[in-house]
Amino acid sequence: MADLTIEARGLIKRFGKKTALDGLDLAVEPGQVVAVLGPNGAGKTTFVRSVATLLRLDSGELRVAGIDVRREPEAVRRVIGLAGQYASVEPAMTGRENLEMVARLYGQPARTARANATRVLERFGLAGDADRLARTYSGGMRRKLDLGASLVSTPRLLLLDEPTTGLDPRARIELWDAIDGLVEHGTDVLLTTQYLEEAERLAGHIVIIDHGRVVASGPPAQLKRRVGGNVLEVHVRDRADLAKVAASLARPGHAEPQVDEATCVVSVGAGDQAGIGGLIAGLRAIDDAGVELADISVRQPKLEEVFLALTGQESAGQARVRATK
Amino acid sequence: MTTIAATGRRRATLPASTVLIAKRAVLSFLRTPQLVVLGTVQLVGILVTFRYVFGGAFGTSQGLPYVDFAVPGFIAAGVPFTLIGTAVVMAEDLHTGFIDRLRSLPFPSAAVLAGRVLADSVVLTWSLAIATAVGFAIGFRLHGSILQGLAAFGLCLVFGLAFSWVFMTLGLLAGNGQAAQGLAMLIFPLTFGSSAYVPVETMPGWLRAFAENQPITSMADAVRALALGGHAQDFLGHSAAYYVIRSLMWSAGIMIVFFALAVACFRRR
Ligand SMILES: Nc1ncnc2c1ncn2[C@@H]1O[C@H](COP(=O)(O)OP(=O)(O)O)[C@@H](O)[C@H]1O
Ligand SMILES: [Mg+2]
Repeated sequence: MADLTIEARGLIKRFGKKTALDGLDLAVEPGQVVAVLGPNGAGKTTFVRSVATLLRLDSGELRVAGIDVRREPEAVRRVIGLAGQYASVEPAMTGRENLEMVARLYGQPARTARANATRVLERFGLAGDADRLARTYSGGMRRKLDLGASLVSTPRLLLLDEPTTGLDPRARIELWDAIDGLVEHGTDVLLTTQYLEEAERLAGHIVIIDHGRVVASGPPAQLKRRVGGNVLEVHVRDRADLAKVAASLARPGHAEPQVDEATCVVSVGAGDQAGIGGLIAGLRAIDDAGVELADISVRQPKLEEVFLALTGQESAGQARVRATK
Repeated sequence: MTTIAATGRRRATLPASTVLIAKRAVLSFLRTPQLVVLGTVQLVGILVTFRYVFGGAFGTSQGLPYVDFAVPGFIAAGVPFTLIGTAVVMAEDLHTGFIDRLRSLPFPSAAVLAGRVLADSVVLTWSLAIATAVGFAIGFRLHGSILQGLAAFGLCLVFGLAFSWVFMTLGLLAGNGQAAQGLAMLIFPLTFGSSAYVPVETMPGWLRAFAENQPITSMADAVRALALGGHAQDFLGHSAAYYVIRSLMWSAGIMIVFFALAVACFRRR
């Protein structure tokens, strides 16, 4: 049987008094994209950095492709690629020069490095801009170049820390497309994100973490089922109708509709098939009662709603946001 | 697994990866006009200010034109200024994850620091060459032999090597570019409180005590002594060898301490 791509047991990492990883357990099977989903401060970057051999764990066991990260960091570095939270390319070098430098640092001879750089540039649609300085690239191109830098050596595991943070929607979609298909080329991917939507789009397996521990994990569909599926939002014109709408959309055995007075919105998890039937009946009743609706929409659950549903608590990030208000 | 075997066995050596890292740093210098301008005019600016604002070239001191005494001191004391950027770049590289990316690659990570030092030496050679040329242009004349002149130049590079480790440490400690810039400013009191710009004899007692016992004074004096050749004894009180050895001891001390500190900071990250 092939080794697990990542096998983490009881990882603990403290920075002074702050515990960034608090007994994190995680196993990544070969041949898939795994998303580590969590709010700011959850420990995502700390986990990625420990897999990338960049920091010393206080305790726990961590293996990458069967190799012990603590005992053989250099062997681990040969099988991983890392693209951090910021695009770490040299702005004063061209796209090609950046890739060739990384390839050479992987130990490739000049010719191989050049060939690999060209291959990556073509694959990510950067061939036309290969000889322009990276400082002239758009944010999205820079991210693609950064991603490509890790792929000049065909790593077995690619680590992507919040690869789309700070990108505009179009660049984000382009980067998603670039990440697609990596697995077919023999590279497993572990990425971190704060967006359920992104995790669902890219990953076959999602691990939700908070406070340095795993809160829940599983395939996206399964996790979404646990949190009540997509969210229906009903936007009323008259604030006075909010209570009536919430009551109509309430169904026994499902999560309570949430009312937001400020925006005049009632939101409720759609739930399973029966739940959807209940919602349609509820909407009909609202219509029959003559309530005027401004808008109606269905969206993905937000990370905060996922946390609430899975743990009954708000996440550390949300608690902090609340505390500073 | 086959792909790993194909790409994984080779490893970039320390010298090869040092050159790769240095090349990136030099390119980023050459292709950032602000840096080139700064690196080129910093030393020159001091010399020209001295010559045309203070009219310094006209004076004489004990029968020698003052400019012959001032230029080598200014250039030696200006070495740290030309390397302040190292602290900033190092901090930025840390901040943006560039160093993380490098450290996640399978080459000896010592090359990250060694490459920076190499690049600093290249850039400093350039700045010193320009400054020396401008020094001659504004009237400086070498009294020592050509060999002593070259030794003076080489000595400045050695000082640069030492300060390169100082600024790398500050950059690694600072964590971001602005903080690094702030920390690097610590070099100003050290430089201006030296014999480079003002004779220590004219300083108030406490400052004089400081100036006489700090590295920049000894570096400025060493380069001066070499440039003055046979006049060194009369002017400075000791032979050139005395000052050179003193400044080399300072350089070695600084290098050892800050090498250790830089490596410790680098590992801690
Ligand atoms: N170098 C560090 N020094 C001190 N605290 C740190 C350091 N790195 C991370 N932390 C802390 O550890 C926790 C987890 O951080 P991080 O892994 O960066 O979270 P995420 O990437 O999920 O936002 C945070 O509370 C953060 O403040
Ligand atoms: Mg992070």
